[in-house]
Amino acid sequence: MEGKIRLGMKSFIKEVATIPGGEHIFSCIQCGVCTGTCPVAEEMEFPPRKIIALIRAGARDEVLSSSSMWHCLSCYMCTVRCPRGVKPTELAHALECLANQQGFRVKGTLTPAMYRSFVNSIKDNGRVHEFGMMLRFYLSIKSHLLTNPLATLKMLPLSLRLFLHRRMPLLPKKVKGRQDLAKIIQKFREIRE
Amino acid sequence: MRYYSYFPGCSTEATAIGLGLSVQAIAKPLDMELIELEDWTCCGSTPYGSLDRLESICVAARNLALAEKTGLDLVTPCSSCFVTLYGANLQLKQDPKLMKQVNEALAVANLGYHGNVRVRHLMEVLVNDVTPEVIASKVQRGLGGLKVAPYYGCQLVRPDYGFDDPEFPQSLDRIVASLGAEAVPFPLKNRCCGGALIISEESLALGLIHKLLDNAAENGAQCITTPCPLCQINLDAYQSKVNSKFKTNYNLPVLFVTQLIGLALDIAPISLGLNTNIVSPSEVLDYIYNYITYITTHKR
Repeated sequence: MEGKIRLGMKSFIKEVATIPGGEHIFSCIQCGVCTGTCPVAEEMEFPPRKIIALIRAGARDEVLSSSSMWHCLSCYMCTVRCPRGVKPTELAHALECLANQQGFRVKGTLTPAMYRSFVNSIKDNGRVHEFGMMLRFYLSIKSHLLTNPLATLKMLPLSLRLFLHRRMPLLPKKVKGRQDLAKIIQKFREIRE
Repeated sequence: MRYYSYFPGCSTEATAIGLGLSVQAIAKPLDMELIELEDWTCCGSTPYGSLDRLESICVAARNLALAEKTGLDLVTPCSSCFVTLYGANLQLKQDPKLMKQVNEALAVANLGYHGNVRVRHLMEVLVNDVTPEVIASKVQRGLGGLKVAPYYGCQLVRPDYGFDDPEFPQSLDRIVASLGAEAVPFPLKNRCCGGALIISEESLALGLIHKLLDNAAENGAQCITTPCPLCQINLDAYQSKVNSKFKTNYNLPVLFVTQLIGLALDIAPISLGLNTNIVSPSEVLDYIYNYITYITTHKR
């Protein structure tokens, strides 16, 4: 991995430090409490301590194209335990935002697709319509599903059970406020440019 | 009677309908008037904040602006809505430039926000305003020492609201005890269930849920209770998936804490949405109702 990292792009850490959630990155002392605390560190290509080290090393593309921060569960245990107030949970969200806004395509996780389906459901309905969100999600990953037909079939009993227990209404409740919300978002985008 | 502005959260209309119903059912008996925020929209949500943090704060701000007009504290029963609304509120107050931009955007819908809303979790209201002592005094049907694993999840106590200890929380234990139930030792009570990643990274989340179920069962729990919609669906609806993946045989009902409170207030199970729980809570109900029969027979 080290061979691929291009050194000398030190401005990446400054870029991270200027976005919301990345402000405290300079306080990190690489103690590793975050990684030791994280319930999914083992699943990450770059666990929290390492990803901060990579940001310092200027490994911009490696960090932003990795799936690691998309595994963050937002459990905030690292944030509670970090002795330097780095807030690694917020940092993970900041890296996700950066990767998303700069169009990095991430392999090895379906979380970005799920998040996008979630946000699109909000934009259409004003609130999240969970059934619609799931449909959007499965449609957006259909190539993945076609290669795993068994996994696809295994999802059906659960959805049916939720439906039968009145926990999965099929139609969205489109609230009046959705139009106001759309206007507010539109305006906000114009202002922040 | 105490008055609050109420933010139910999207899941209380669907996957967590049991939470929505039970909150409504216990409010009045506990002297709370929860006035639903009119025409509320999504809280801003963790997924939104992970794709576009500032825009998600703007989404949250619409609700904060609506709540500010009521002059009441904004209360939500959803831990995920809570962490989002609380965080957005804090960020807006600390960042005047963002507040100005957000207000310019809100103005297109004739709204404005001035940072005067207090965002609160329903659990915190139950502990600090209603208090476990008063809940205990209102109990009609004590839970007879039912062994309950109190599951806090993450976002009720973290990152840091100053309401309960993020590492060793006690608030839910106190509520459980006030109902005449026994909160069993549950070392993993504030560990993560996998949250929304159950959808995108199922096997990873199932591993975490397995550890939680194992820990609750090992400590003799007859059921688990939680205030969080995501924790509830993960532990309840995915329990059978855990059983088939890990060759286990868990049959642990997972009740919203508001459902458990409702039972102790002697509200009918159907009004608490207990028929929407996937793992049937019938053994818990049998235990509670038989215990009462036992007590009354012996008094006679």
